[in-house]
Amino acid sequence: MKLSADWIRDFVEISVDDRRLAEDLTNVGIGVEGIIGTGADTVFEVEIGTNRPDAMNHYGVSREAAAVYGVELKALAAFGSSAAAEAADSRGADDAALKRRSSTVALAARGSELPLLAKEARSGAPQTEHPPKTQQAAGFPITVEEPGLCPRFSARVIRGTRIVASPRKIAHRLALLDQRAISNAVDATNYVLWEMGKPTHVFDMDLLEGGRIVVRKARDGETLRTLDGVERKLSSEDLVVCDARKPVGLAGVMGGYDTMITEKTRNIVIESAWWDPGIVRRMSRRHGIHTDASHRFERGADFESTVVSCDLVARMILESGGGGLVGDVVDVVSRPMDQAPVVLRLSEVRRILGEGLDSGEIFQLLKRLGFTLVPEGQGGTQDEAQFRVHIPSWRLDVEREIDVIEEIARLHGYDKFENTLPAYSGAVVELPHAAMDAAFRARALALGYNEAMSLTFISHADAERFESCASFPSAAKAAAPLATGERSAEALRHPKSGSASAAKAAGKSAEMARLKSGPSRSVAGSELGASGFESGASRFAGGSGSGAFRSAAGLEAGASQLMRVLELENPLSEEASVMRTSLAPGMLDMLAWNLNRDVAEARLFEMGSVYGVADGSEDAHVEPRRACLGATAAAVRAALPVGNALDVSKDERAAAAEIFRGFKGDVENLLAAFSGEASYDRETAEYFHPGRSARVLVNGALVGQFGQIHPEVAAARKLRQDVFLAEFDLEALYGLGLRPVKFTPLGKYPAVERDFSFVFEDGIAFEKMRRAVVNLGIEELREFRPVEIFRGGTVAAAKYSVLLRVRFQSAERTLREDEVAQWSGKIVGALAGLGGAQRA
Amino acid sequence: MESVRTKLAYTVPKLTDYSAAALEKAAGECIAACGSEAAEVRSEAELKLFRDRWMARKNGILTQINDLWLKGAPKEAKREAGIRVNELKARITELVEGAHVAGEAGDSLASEQVDISLPGVRRPIGAEHPVMRTWREIVGVFQRLGYSVAEGPVVETDYYNFEALNFPPNHPARDTQDTLFIAGQQAKPQRERLLLRTHTSPVQIRTMEKMRPPIRIVIPGTVHRNDPPDASHSPMFHQIEGLAVDTNITFGDLKGTLDHAMKALFGSSVKTHFRPSFFPFTEPSAELYVTCFICGGSGKRGAEPCRPCKQTGWIEVLGCGMVDPNVFEFVKDNGYDPRTVSGFAFGMGVDRLALLKYGVDDLQLFFQGDVRFLGQFG
Ligand SMILES: [Zn+2]
Repeated sequence: MKLSADWIRDFVEISVDDRRLAEDLTNVGIGVEGIIGTGADTVFEVEIGTNRPDAMNHYGVSREAAAVYGVELKALAAFGSSAAAEAADSRGADDAALKRRSSTVALAARGSELPLLAKEARSGAPQTEHPPKTQQAAGFPITVEEPGLCPRFSARVIRGTRIVASPRKIAHRLALLDQRAISNAVDATNYVLWEMGKPTHVFDMDLLEGGRIVVRKARDGETLRTLDGVERKLSSEDLVVCDARKPVGLAGVMGGYDTMITEKTRNIVIESAWWDPGIVRRMSRRHGIHTDASHRFERGADFESTVVSCDLVARMILESGGGGLVGDVVDVVSRPMDQAPVVLRLSEVRRILGEGLDSGEIFQLLKRLGFTLVPEGQGGTQDEAQFRVHIPSWRLDVEREIDVIEEIARLHGYDKFENTLPAYSGAVVELPHAAMDAAFRARALALGYNEAMSLTFISHADAERFESCASFPSAAKAAAPLATGERSAEALRHPKSGSASAAKAAGKSAEMARLKSGPSRSVAGSELGASGFESGASRFAGGSGSGAFRSAAGLEAGASQLMRVLELENPLSEEASVMRTSLAPGMLDMLAWNLNRDVAEARLFEMGSVYGVADGSEDAHVEPRRACLGATAAAVRAALPVGNALDVSKDERAAAAEIFRGFKGDVENLLAAFSGEASYDRETAEYFHPGRSARVLVNGALVGQFGQIHPEVAAARKLRQDVFLAEFDLEALYGLGLRPVKFTPLGKYPAVERDFSFVFEDGIAFEKMRRAVVNLGIEELREFRPVEIFRGGTVAAAKYSVLLRVRFQSAERTLREDEVAQWSGKIVGALAGLGGAQRA
Repeated sequence: MESVRTKLAYTVPKLTDYSAAALEKAAGECIAACGSEAAEVRSEAELKLFRDRWMARKNGILTQINDLWLKGAPKEAKREAGIRVNELKARITELVEGAHVAGEAGDSLASEQVDISLPGVRRPIGAEHPVMRTWREIVGVFQRLGYSVAEGPVVETDYYNFEALNFPPNHPARDTQDTLFIAGQQAKPQRERLLLRTHTSPVQIRTMEKMRPPIRIVIPGTVHRNDPPDASHSPMFHQIEGLAVDTNITFGDLKGTLDHAMKALFGSSVKTHFRPSFFPFTEPSAELYVTCFICGGSGKRGAEPCRPCKQTGWIEVLGCGMVDPNVFEFVKDNGYDPRTVSGFAFGMGVDRLALLKYGVDDLQLFFQGDVRFLGQFG
C-alpha cells in the first residue's frame, strides 16, 4: 500500500525527515518496506497487518506518528480550519472517547446545522462557514431493513453541482498512490478513502427512482450491473443498497453502474455506512470482487467516521463543482457499536512482558494511542493496580486485555525489553525414527547420492503410472494423529492385511474407488485393480498408453490396501494437480533435468512422504514416508570398481549385469543399516525393466524395489540414458530397526579357500547355488561367492561358466586337509545336483 | 672401478651345516650382500658388471650357490636345501632385476616418480541438500536449548491449520495464507475439511493436545501455498516452528531465546531487532530481523548496494510472538489455562534462510535436482 509522506504530515507536526519517520513507524508496526521519490512526492510502500484497518490510510498513520512522537494530532478539517483546530484538541480526546456514543445522537439532532468535521465532532462549526444550502429539506428517507448488517448509514445530498476534473493537488496526490483521477465527485470519495480510510459512495440522485434509499437483502433473481460493468446475479445472501425499485449498490463492495456519477450529474447523494465485516467479505468472495472498500469494510471501519467522511466528500465536491447542500446529514444509527472497556491489570502486563514498565509509563503509552484509562481498584501495590481501558472507535481490533498489552509493548518499543532465557525442567526427546533417518541419509550420501527435493505435486497421469506406494496403514491407524510421541517405532510398522480375502477384495475396492473419485480421476481404477508395490501388482494396464507393459503377475495374497489420490481443489496446474503417490516421477524428472543439460552422471536421493487416502477408510489420509534413489547408467558404470568385474564376457549382457550389480550394491549398503536379511524377486512395478529389476523383501516383508526403468517409460519421459531407481518403503524398513552393532571375535585359525569352476544352464540363478550350498549345513562355511562369470567362447549357448569360491574357517582349530576335501566334495555334489558341470 | 671392486666383497661360502638355521643365515647374508651391491650401482657399466657377477650362467653367484650349496648337500638335506635355494634365487633375481643406476642426487626412487598434479580418483560423495542442511542446523540449535522435535501431517484439517490458531472462519487473515485445498471436501463441516497446511503452526495445537505443559518443541516440516514458482516463491517450502509454554514465559524470554539462537546460527556478532507484526495466533507478535550476514549490517558490499537486505543492513528471518490466549483456549483442558501459563512461538522459512545463507539467487534451484548445483554443498 502506498502512502504519501507529505499527506501524513498534513495532520501532525513531525520534525524528523522522511527516512527517519519511516523507520520510527516501522518500529511500531507500520512497516515501511520501501521509500520512493523525494520531497513532497515521497511515497512510502507500507505493509499493514490485516488487524489494522485503522492504519490503512494517511490519517491513521498520522495518528500513529503522533503517538510515537508524543505530539498533537490535527483534526480532519473539512469546513474551515479554525473550527477544526479548536475541535482537534487531542488533550480532550480522553473524555471524548467516553462521550462518543452520545455524539451520534447530537449530530442527528442538530437539524440543518452542518457538523464540523473533526474526528471527535462535538461542537458545531460557525454558521458563516457553512456552504450555501437550498431551501429544500433533505429529500431522502433512508430505511435500513437489516440493522444487524448495517448498524449505521449516513448520507448527504448535494444539489446543483457540476462534474468537473479534480483540482490539481487532489489529482496529484491520488496519482502518487497510483490512483487514477476520474472526476471531482468520484475522486472525492477516493481521496477520503485514502485520507481517513472510510469508503463512501456517490450516486447520481436523479437516477435513483422513488426518492428514497432502502438497505435490504437482495431478492433472488434480482440483478445489479456494478461499476465495473459486470451484470451480477443477486441472491438473498446479498446485502444491497436500493432505491425505491432496484438495487443500486452491493453493500460495502461496489456501487451500481446505472446510478453512477456522469458528466451530466447535477444532484448527488453521498453514502457513508458501516457494514458488517462478515457480510462484506462473503459478498466480495461470492462475486469475486475485491475493492479498496471491501478490503476495509471486511476488516472493520471506524464506526464514528461515517458522518465525517460524508462531509469531507461533500466539501470536496462543493469546492470543485459548486452547488449546495440540501438539508442536514442523515445519520441512521440502528445499533450502537459495542466496544466494551477492557480491564488491564498491571500484574498481567508483567506476566506477559516481564518487569520493566510501571503503571505511570503504561498510562502514558496508552493515552498517546488514544486509549482512555481510568484507574480501578484500591490496590496500593503495583501488582494489584488495574485500569479500565476505553478503546477508541477506530481500534476494533482491540477487544481483550492481551490486545492492550500488545499496544503497550509496541509503542514502548520491542527492542527496549530485556533479553532473558527461561528456566526449563523438561527432557529432550528424539523422534522415534530420527536415528534411522540419519543412518539412511548418511549411507546414501556416502554412496555418492546427492540429497534432492522434488515438488510434492504430480500429474494425474503420473499418479496413475507410479502408484508405487506400499501398504498403507489401516483406517484406524491412519486416523491417529501423526504428532510427536505418537509415532513410536511400533506405529511406523504398517500392519499387513495378510489375508487372502484382501486380494479378492482388491478388485471390488478398485471399482469403489472409481465410483468415488469419478471416472477421470480414478487412480485405482484400472482393470487389474491397483495396489502398492507390496502386492506386486501395481500394474496399470489401463490408463495412458501403458498397454505395452507386461501384464500383471496377478495379485498375491497379502495384497495391500488400495489408495486413492488426494486431488487438489485449486491446483497450480494440471501437471501439479494431485499429491504425489510416489517419489518416482519426481526423481525421473530430476534425472531428466540433468540429462537434458548434458550432465550424464547424476546420482540423487530423496526422502519424503507420499500422500493418499487408504481405501475403505472413507477419508483418513495417510502420509507414509518413502525414499527414492535415482542414478543414470553412466553414473553407476563410473562407480564400478576397475578390474573387478564378475561377468567377464565381452558382451552387452555382461555390461548390463555389471551395472545392475553396481546399483544393487548401493541398495544392499543401505539395507545393511537395518536388521534382517534381504531376499529378492522379480515382481516389480510395471515401470521397471522386467528383466533388470527386483523387489526387496526382508523377513518376508516388502521394503522396496529397484532396477532399471522400463525403456518405454524412459522413452516417454525423453530420458537420454538408461536410468536406475530404487524405492524404499521407509515405514517398512524402519520397522525392522537399525542393525545392532555386535562384536564377533576375529578368527585365530587360518581360513581355507577353494575354487570350483562350473557350467550351468542360464536359468540357474546364483541364489539357487547359494541355497544349495548353505543347505548343506557346513558349520565352518564362512563364505560362498561367485568370482567370475563367463558366457561364449567354449561355453555352449544358453549356458554360462562360473567360478565359485568358498571359504572355510573354524573358530576353534586349524582345519584339516581331509575335512576340507570332504566339504568340497559335498559342495561339488550339491552344485552338480543343480545340473552344473564341473570344469577341470 | 677399483672402489667398486672392493665393495664387491661377497663370496659364496661353502656350507657344512645344513640345518634350517644355518641355511637361513647363509641366505640372509647373501640377500643382504646383493641388496647393498645393488644400491651402489652408479653407472650403466657398473650395472652390467653387477648383473653379470650375480646372474652369469657361467660362474655367476647364483650358479655358484647352486653348485656349492645344492650339489654339495647331503642327501637327506637336499630337499629342504632345494626349497631354500629356490627361494633365495627368486629373491636375488628380483633384486638384480630391480637394480638400476641411481640418479644425480643419488636417489634411486626419484626415477619412480608419478605426476602428482594429475587429478586424484575421487569416489563420489553425496552432498546434503542446502535446505536440509539449514534445516538440521536450525533444529540442532534448538535441540541444544532443550527443545524436542515434533512433527505433524502435511495434509491438515481446517481446524488445526486455521480455527485453533485463532483464524476464525471467513477471517481476512486467512486470505494471506494462499491455501491449497484438497478437492471434494464441500460435504464436510468446515473444520474437518482437508487442505495442505500453510504453516507448521498446526503442530503447536497437535502437540499441546498430547502433552501437558511445560513444553518446548521445535517443529520442522513441509508446507504449501498457492504461489506459482519463481525465483523467490515456491508452492512447496519448509518451515521450522518453535513453541515454549510454561508458567513463567515472558516476551523477554522470547527475545532472549531467539537472540541466542540467531547468534548460534549466524555468528556471535549478529544483532537482533524485533518489530511489531501481526499473526492471529500470537500476541504481541513480532518479526525478527538480524544484522545482514551478507554486508554485516552496513547495507553495502564495497561500493555496491547490498541487495539481500535492500541496503537496510537488516534481514527478516522469522515471525514470532507470545502465544495468543485464544489458542490456549483450544487446549485449555490439557493444562493450558491462559491465566496460568504463557508461552512463545516462532516460525521461520528454511528455504529462504538457505537462499540467504548460501547466496543462492533462484529458489527453483532447490527443487530441480541439478547435480551441478547440489554438488556444491558437498
Ligand atoms: Zn546487507
